[in-house]
Amino acid sequence: MSVPRFWRKIPQRYNLEGTHCEVCGRYFFPPRNLCPDCRRDGKIVAHTFKGTGKIVTYSVIRTASDQFSALTPYVLAIVELEEGARMTAQVVVENPEDVYIGMPVKSVFRRLGTDGESGVISYGTKFVPA
Amino acid sequence: MRDVAVIGVGCTNFGEWWDRSFRNLFVEAGVMAIEDANLAGEQIDAMYVGNMSAGRFIEQEHIGALIADYSGLATDNIPATRVEAACASGGLAFREAVISVASGMTNIAVAAGVEKMTDVDTSLSTDALAAAADREWEGFVGATFPGLYAMIATDYMHRYPLTREHLAQVAIKNHYNGARNPIAQFQKEITLDTVLNSTMVADPLRLFDCSPITDGAAAVVVAPLEMAKKFTDTPIKVLATAQASDTIALHDRRDVSTLDATVAAGNRAFKMAGLERKDIDFVEVHDCFTIAEICAIEDLGFCKKGEAGRLTAEGYTALDGNLPVNTSGGLKACGHPVGATGIKQVYEAVLQLRGEAGKRQVAGAEIGMTHNVGGTGATVAAHIFGRT
Repeated sequence: MSVPRFWRKIPQRYNLEGTHCEVCGRYFFPPRNLCPDCRRDGKIVAHTFKGTGKIVTYSVIRTASDQFSALTPYVLAIVELEEGARMTAQVVVENPEDVYIGMPVKSVFRRLGTDGESGVISYGTKFVPA
Repeated sequence: MRDVAVIGVGCTNFGEWWDRSFRNLFVEAGVMAIEDANLAGEQIDAMYVGNMSAGRFIEQEHIGALIADYSGLATDNIPATRVEAACASGGLAFREAVISVASGMTNIAVAAGVEKMTDVDTSLSTDALAAAADREWEGFVGATFPGLYAMIATDYMHRYPLTREHLAQVAIKNHYNGARNPIAQFQKEITLDTVLNSTMVADPLRLFDCSPITDGAAAVVVAPLEMAKKFTDTPIKVLATAQASDTIALHDRRDVSTLDATVAAGNRAFKMAGLERKDIDFVEVHDCFTIAEICAIEDLGFCKKGEAGRLTAEGYTALDGNLPVNTSGGLKACGHPVGATGIKQVYEAVLQLRGEAGKRQVAGAEIGMTHNVGGTGATVAAHIFGRT
């Protein structure tokens, strides 16, 4: 992803800043400015997630694109945050066999990758066992 | 709305074509289709071209015009439109052609699909395909396409009685069918050992659970049913065309291992055709990964959730089973040139209904269905066809 596009996303990339619909109570990450349930009747406000959640499903990626090939094998998971929103993220564990559906996890700030060998380093959210 | 029929079909051999270009492929398929329809080029009123990512794979955009030009139709100023919906691009291009003819705006329309995927290395094609999902919130954190379907498989196997061997049976069946299809990329039958000993790509999916990187093109010609007999003795009627959307990201789905867009498109198609599941004699489903075929059979309503693995192992979906699935070999064995796949499915359905499917012919096939998925289920096109 290009450098400008990455930097413009700082609030959501570095922190779990999403949104919340005060009408129906749903939480969104990444942020949505329109609630899919209430649409224009909804009231969307900013919300910073606590960062705790559990694994909904996962895989261990063995073949990846260049950007992530040095990390293989890595655990990719869908994590359901405590507030209800779900996101896709890597789970950092010593042994991929330890990961299971329902595993409690918490968010951490980690290096995600670099733009080539000596390019800009990108950071973001990964999860570790809680 | 007017009734619409397919009057001509064409398809290149699918494979890794180092010696052929994007243009070579679609011209070959297009010429086959219009010759099959006994048409002259100037009789074509419009073209719709399914293509996912020529911008990444061959660094060429503006595919509608390119295809009109190299089909020799640019100087006739024919309207040519590119349709993009990731791996469902072909299915949607076909649907646009059908809608155009049904509406009365055009009489003869060509729907084509083309992708040249082997001009880049595997890393780049992996990255290009990841763009069918949510680039910012899936691809950016390391989600590959097999990885996303692997997460569907993990969820599914946690909740339903699907075994690793059941998944392998999908690949074994589709390679068996592909070995009987002269255009298929893989012409060899495989065994359980082939699948279970192949390289792990993303747990629990191995290399032989995945459709390959493929070059290929397919084209079909559609016309009003009332005109169809002028061109062919065997027009195939389009009984239903349906399309549905869902969230772009897998993590936002109501249920990770149910593709709601498949459920919706399937229901709409059956309603439009006025048919029931038991009326379908064969179906071409989107088996980009073995788990995708399992989900498709269930989400289209051919059996209950959780049963498709067992039914596959019992031969229910085999060529001589109750419901033959992916007689062409599917994406798995036939190959998956992403933008062309939806049109190749129509090509296979037409051959089956004409009785021209050779060694993989489903005896007495009267009604067939196609199902084409974009991304992990964000777009689905479903079509039903019948003999006239």
